[in-house]
Amino acid sequence: MSLLEVDDVVVQFGGVTAVNHATFTADAGQITGLIGPNGAGKTTCFNVISGLQRPTKGHVRFDGRDVTRTPVHRRSKRGMGRTFQRLEAFGSLTVRDNVRVALDIHRGLLAGFKPAQSDIDALLERVGIAEYADDRADSIPTGTARLLELARCLAGDPQLLLLDEPSSGLDETETDAFGELLRDLASEGRGVLMVEHDMDLVMSVCDTIRVLDFGEVIAVGGPALIRNDARVQQAYLGYSDVDEDGGHDHTAVLPAVAEEVKA
Amino acid sequence: MDKFIAYALPGLFTGAAYAIAASGLVLTYTTTRVFNIAHGAFGMVMSFIFWDFSQRQGIPVWLSLILVLLVVAPLTGFVVQRFIARGLGDAPVSVSLVVTVGLFVGLIGLAQQVWEPEPRFVPPFWQDKSFEIGDSIITGHQVITILASIAVAVGLYFLLNRTRIGTAMRASVDNPELLRLFGGKPDTVAALSWAIGMSLSALAGILLVSVVGLDYFQLTLLVINAYAAAMVGRLKSLPLTFIGAMALGLLDSFALGYIDPESWLADFRPVIPPLFLFAVIVLMPTAQLRIGQVKGIVSAPVPSLTRMAVSGAAFMAFVFVATAGMSEANLLRVGAAATYAIVMLSLVLLTGYGGYVSLSQLTFAGVGALAYAKLDEPNLYGLIVSTLIAGAVGALVALPTLRLTGLYLALSTLAFGVLMDKVVFQDEKAFGFGGALSADRMSVFGTTIGSTGNYVLLMAFFFVLCGIGVLILRRGVLGRMLVALRDSPAACGTLGLDARWFRVGLFGISAAVAGLAGALFAGLRGTIGAADFQYFNSLPLLLLAVVFGVTSVTGAALGGIGLMLLPVLQAEEVAGVSLGGLMFVIIGFGAVFAGRDPNGLANLLFKIGRWGQRRIVARVDEATGGSGWSPIGPRTGQHRAAGDDQDGYDDGYDDAYDDGTAAGATSHEPEEAGSVATRG
Amino acid sequence: MSIPILEVIDLHAAYGRIEVLRGVNLTVPRGAVVALLGPNGGGKSTLTQVIAGQKKPTSGEIHLGGVAVRNSAADELARVGLCTVPEGRSVFPNLTVEENLVLMSYAGVTAEAVLETAYSYFPRLAERRRQLAGTMSGGEQQMLAMSRALASDPALLLLDELSMGLAPLIVEELYDTVQQIADTGVSILCIEQFARTALKVADYAAVMTGGRIVATGEPDEIMETMSDVILGGAA
Repeated sequence: MSLLEVDDVVVQFGGVTAVNHATFTADAGQITGLIGPNGAGKTTCFNVISGLQRPTKGHVRFDGRDVTRTPVHRRSKRGMGRTFQRLEAFGSLTVRDNVRVALDIHRGLLAGFKPAQSDIDALLERVGIAEYADDRADSIPTGTARLLELARCLAGDPQLLLLDEPSSGLDETETDAFGELLRDLASEGRGVLMVEHDMDLVMSVCDTIRVLDFGEVIAVGGPALIRNDARVQQAYLGYSDVDEDGGHDHTAVLPAVAEEVKA
Repeated sequence: MDKFIAYALPGLFTGAAYAIAASGLVLTYTTTRVFNIAHGAFGMVMSFIFWDFSQRQGIPVWLSLILVLLVVAPLTGFVVQRFIARGLGDAPVSVSLVVTVGLFVGLIGLAQQVWEPEPRFVPPFWQDKSFEIGDSIITGHQVITILASIAVAVGLYFLLNRTRIGTAMRASVDNPELLRLFGGKPDTVAALSWAIGMSLSALAGILLVSVVGLDYFQLTLLVINAYAAAMVGRLKSLPLTFIGAMALGLLDSFALGYIDPESWLADFRPVIPPLFLFAVIVLMPTAQLRIGQVKGIVSAPVPSLTRMAVSGAAFMAFVFVATAGMSEANLLRVGAAATYAIVMLSLVLLTGYGGYVSLSQLTFAGVGALAYAKLDEPNLYGLIVSTLIAGAVGALVALPTLRLTGLYLALSTLAFGVLMDKVVFQDEKAFGFGGALSADRMSVFGTTIGSTGNYVLLMAFFFVLCGIGVLILRRGVLGRMLVALRDSPAACGTLGLDARWFRVGLFGISAAVAGLAGALFAGLRGTIGAADFQYFNSLPLLLLAVVFGVTSVTGAALGGIGLMLLPVLQAEEVAGVSLGGLMFVIIGFGAVFAGRDPNGLANLLFKIGRWGQRRIVARVDEATGGSGWSPIGPRTGQHRAAGDDQDGYDDGYDDAYDDGTAAGATSHEPEEAGSVATRG
Repeated sequence: MSIPILEVIDLHAAYGRIEVLRGVNLTVPRGAVVALLGPNGGGKSTLTQVIAGQKKPTSGEIHLGGVAVRNSAADELARVGLCTVPEGRSVFPNLTVEENLVLMSYAGVTAEAVLETAYSYFPRLAERRRQLAGTMSGGEQQMLAMSRALASDPALLLLDELSMGLAPLIVEELYDTVQQIADTGVSILCIEQFARTALKVADYAAVMTGGRIVATGEPDEIMETMSDVILGGAA
């Protein structure tokens, strides 16, 4: 049994189908990548999983229980945490207070009587943004704010982390460190489901990758498999040449595209 | 059957008038996202202008009608949209509601000032004509009203579906930014819809005036009936709004015909619209948490504990000195000011920190007072129980709106205020006729506080206590959560906070504080009545709280004094002109312009204070060679960590608010389901 | 050389305290199709919004046909011939197809002309004239959106992520339309995250990342030098 099971979920807005019979799972202790072109329905999937959007059809099961109709906050209490593609940091609070609020919420209203300072510092340290602790959250760079959202969500000690484009805004070194952190989190037994555009990161850290296109899961597999899947090439990367060596380098395929343009 | 028709016909007539008013409300709300609480008040003023034209100045009725409906009303709508309502749609509910409540109160004041109270009569249209349907008679005026509502329905249908500007109006409901990219002008669309909305409210007012009479309040409160109807259409569907209005009109009329005037049910007849509203609200579908929605952010000043204690002590000392040797009458006034100030503290918590609006805070005070008097336990125990009762009632009011947004919460409080006033407070079992329910002075640990002077000191003490309590809440867990909740409800949800119950709790605490004020007031006065807690007075109270600063305890103290002085000033005459209505005008329009900055006048005081402080520090710096801490320089992290929260105060609101609206208006999410979902 | 239709000079823009555009310089020659590529979060959409007049820049200049338009409102620009198709479905979902088309006449042509052009290019829209736009498929909605570009004969067409969430076949179709519009001499700035389709029609290409244009040139040059930026490899 998987930690998270998305079962035949359909989401329609008016007549537009954003998610089309999506079925996939995410396991505890694993990093699962959810990729696909812009507009493929990834964020909508996240909204359905976290409870911000009710699906037109289908079910979401978490930890063996059907949570399709469970309100957002209760899913969180059961161990789901998420970050947002469009930042949802508490802009008028400091970075430290952002995490403090998350801890408060996690521990309930009596939290104010327990000192949380060391816990907060530990969380900020862990995601690597301790130096920003006293800055207002609306004044920090995007990448940092994404890490803050992660720290905030770790305050609830979630079993499942839903990360929506967590690395955008991070530079190369930061992304590497972030990859380390992800592996670390997974090794603690947490499931990580991540929507991500940085293919290098996805290919290097994910145990499994699900490819979503037009709201439909079109491929499932490990990085090597996904890279070589023709349908994925077509849908996601927009060209059909296959990267033979299976490494993290995509540059090889691009001249081919240029050729095509010249032709 | 005859009886049925006999009551159905007038029901259709009032329903038709409600429908006209409600469609105007829906039109302005959907196209500009501003809920105009003053919709009825505008209708009232327009009816007065119609009376003035047609009766006082003797302009022919048809010409007066044209002048009001096609010139004065649209022009007013245009001006209000351009200069007041513009940009409010993106503002938080606490700002947009306060501004329109300001209009509401200001217009009532204006009407009172311009047209002094005297009996006025507007004859019905087509007076000498009537038709028979079976055994029932329908007057010409009723026929005209029903026809007018049909004309409005058809007219609106054609405008919205058959003309380009009407199509643009509907497009602007979907996405005003996109309309701009099409080359359309959302501002023109908004102005037009306000102009039409205003004409419709004028038409409804003029049609109803011959029935309900030319009264400042009756016509104004039609807005409750209108929005009860509008809510059937979920504030967006015009056909459903029409159906809702007709249902309400018929219900009202049948209640008159079929409920035995002797039965207990008869008490509820005047409050059918608010009850209807509650029923509709309970049946409304759940609002989904919004993603990517940015609200205005208010950073409230939070002094340190020592500073609180010192200020509190200083305040007590000041009250002690100031009230020494004061006359009994003045002492009572100070007591009233303390009462209002405590009620305003409850608004600091709810509106200033939480961003929610209550339009019935005085009603909660009334509940506290009533409980205190009825309990007949004039001691701390009685006080606490009364406070808890008021809190419970507050939570109960917030409960039906659990699944809805702040706007609905505010609207249901107004309905609740009217309901309580008319059904409970005015009942002889409550305050009794003429308002002579007696209450005793409180005793503290066995010692009765008999003298008014001491009692006022006790009240001041409670104010300080509540003030410190509110500030401690703000500094603590609750305060942080409130800010977090305002910044991002969606993130709070995914972190495990149940915002809905949190809101109910907050509302309950706020009502409890107001109830405490009421209970203390009951003890102060000795006798209390329904007149002390009229629902309407909750509105100037809210507005004064905002004008003086609804984010700070200082603002509450100043506001309390201001509200206490209100009747004193109203009684004044300047050059033979009574100031009665004028005070409402000042408060109302003051709030219209001050409402955008909830930090209010108190902020000025803080700024002056900080400026003084800086001057002194700067001088000291100069003297010592400018080493170390400089309050004017750029703020660093350490600096803020050092703990002067007040410093981060004035930059919070304006900056964040501006950024917020900019981001909210322009960013369009690529694969964002949330933004699509929230449009619906 | 004639005055370029669009000139963006040292443009800066920010959300709150976070700077998104950090000195963008970009030129679209008259009659040319320019593809602006780059990874998500690189500032492309913000640039569209600033050019379209929806967002105020913090500094810098925008010249449209030689005229400084930095302070013009979006609707003014739309009426003088800047046609912006923003990302996402840029139609009014709760209006019918025909009503959507009627509103396109704000750009300075008669409603009849818009209807005629749109229906002749996309007969499928004529069949669905009474249908609510929001209930059509993504591709049909995008056709409807493109009708505005076709009918209003703009001086500059600004396309933001036209292909987003659409099947490759439909994207091909849409770019055929773009090509047709380009053939009539309309200048086009076309912003895409993914390169291939856009580059097919482009005369020039530019790459944007980190709030700056990091490379410009012929499409094939761009491909060779900036490949990993386009695919979001390195930030």
